[in-house]
Amino acid sequence: MTGVNTFEVLSPGIMSTVQDLGRFGCARYGVAASGALDGFAVRVGNLLVGNDETAAVVETTLMGLRIKILRDTVIALTGGDLQPRRGSEPLPMWRSCPIREGETVVFSGPASGFRTYLAVSGGIQVAAVMGSRSTNLASGFGGFEGRALRKGDILAVEPVGDPIRFADRVFEPEAVPVYLSPWRLRIIWGPQDDQFSEEGRQTFVTATFSVSPDSDRTGIRLKGPSVSRKPGLEESIISEGILSGAIQVPGDGQPIIILGETASGGYRKIATVISADLPRLGQITPGDEVSFEAVSMEEAVQALQEMEGKIEKFKQSFKKR
Amino acid sequence: MKSHADRGLRTEEIKESSTNMLLAPPRFRPMGDRSLLVELGEKISPDINRRVQQLMQQVEQARLPGVRELAPGYRSLLVSFDPLAVAAAELKARIAEIDAQWSSIGLPQAKLLSVPVFYGGQQGPDLDWVAGHLGLSAEEVIRLHTETVYRVYMIGFTPGYPYLGELSATLAVPRRSTPRTHVPKGSVGIAQRQTGIYPVESPGGWQIIGWTPIELFDPHRPLPSLLEMGDRVKFEAVRNVEI
Repeated sequence: MTGVNTFEVLSPGIMSTVQDLGRFGCARYGVAASGALDGFAVRVGNLLVGNDETAAVVETTLMGLRIKILRDTVIALTGGDLQPRRGSEPLPMWRSCPIREGETVVFSGPASGFRTYLAVSGGIQVAAVMGSRSTNLASGFGGFEGRALRKGDILAVEPVGDPIRFADRVFEPEAVPVYLSPWRLRIIWGPQDDQFSEEGRQTFVTATFSVSPDSDRTGIRLKGPSVSRKPGLEESIISEGILSGAIQVPGDGQPIIILGETASGGYRKIATVISADLPRLGQITPGDEVSFEAVSMEEAVQALQEMEGKIEKFKQSFKKR
Repeated sequence: MKSHADRGLRTEEIKESSTNMLLAPPRFRPMGDRSLLVELGEKISPDINRRVQQLMQQVEQARLPGVRELAPGYRSLLVSFDPLAVAAAELKARIAEIDAQWSSIGLPQAKLLSVPVFYGGQQGPDLDWVAGHLGLSAEEVIRLHTETVYRVYMIGFTPGYPYLGELSATLAVPRRSTPRTHVPKGSVGIAQRQTGIYPVESPGGWQIIGWTPIELFDPHRPLPSLLEMGDRVKFEAVRNVEI
């Protein structure tokens, strides 16, 4: 089925890309997952507009995205609050709202968080590459022509009958994540925590790190006291597979939280962020402060169950009607 | 067979034989609550790499509930899973069990890919530096680079990028002191005891000695990567005059 042209990019802002929940199953070919960095926001956004949780959305960073609506539809904005406006009127976050042909939506800058997700009824229509609609920026495939959005791009959505029926769905405010620095991220030690000095491990869980401006979709680069490895060990290790949330420490002792654009790496990982905290990584902003708290596998699984419970409860809430 | 080398797509199957190595039990390292790094050895060796390959095949065939994805490395297999579908401890036990049965299962077939390379010139800008650094002629560098059949230890760094080993000790050179920000697609590089091919344009710090027209990676092919771990690569020098 051909898509329906639904909006035009008047300005892409700092960076806007088409993403879904990621590209899985191709790590053995060196292909990273890519995908929206705040997956929780994407899932809720899609459910708000009547889509499958895995539909493609637009991820926009920090500020400046401006779009013109080409046809009446329903949208939802979730994730970081980049102060979206329709003309001069503020648009609400975490609820679906009808929007009309000819209206413009602009994102003026962060009130909280770093990335907003724009979900549209039907889902952004781009071809799936290796099973995903996410943009692989480094290698230039997937998403919209394998690249970030530019001025003049026209995006289509999958046809959907009568989207207005999805208008005014609300994600309950108590379940909306709070995106606020200082961030306390829960981690599980490893895979190579045993190769750091006792002092290095202590530093890692007691220090406050600041987020460097050269952070991007590949990783959150932290600045702070050096996290030292055991003496006598080389700076790098033999390359191995890696997932988002793994915290690698190169020779300079400054940790990097790996995000979705890397499939393998050659540095030691002292710890890995738990699944329930992964979506928050997408909202951490340069200049923010970050500290780490070690938890057990059981606590991590429980936190994930709580997060999934919020999504499940939300799904049930509109199934009943 | 040799006359087909310029097409660059000659492949043949390689029979692997099991080696009777003394097997240490795998070491499990958690990578968060959703993956296990299964380490099968400490160093880069064909035997350990074969064991990784074999474990990957066996875990795949076992269709363990909750397993999402397998990512092989030189000496480890990263197994990611849904922690709400299977407990890490249970998965660990199942994988240890599977690994213990390894010798009863055949090794996967490997392919040999012949890669035509235009050495030197603009497409191999570091060839002369490498030759000078090693005190060899460019011809000798080419001869040494083309005489080894390399093993693909893993695919990583960028989509389709084969980590190939092991390069002749005579050709061991350091990485460039300043990495290039744009290494063209198809570039053939060397660094230390490794050699590799850049399947997409990317940054890179290896010494670029040549270029191949082979499309190692195409996201739109049913099998996007031409090579996978365990395959073999042989480089063949193309004489520019033939075109």
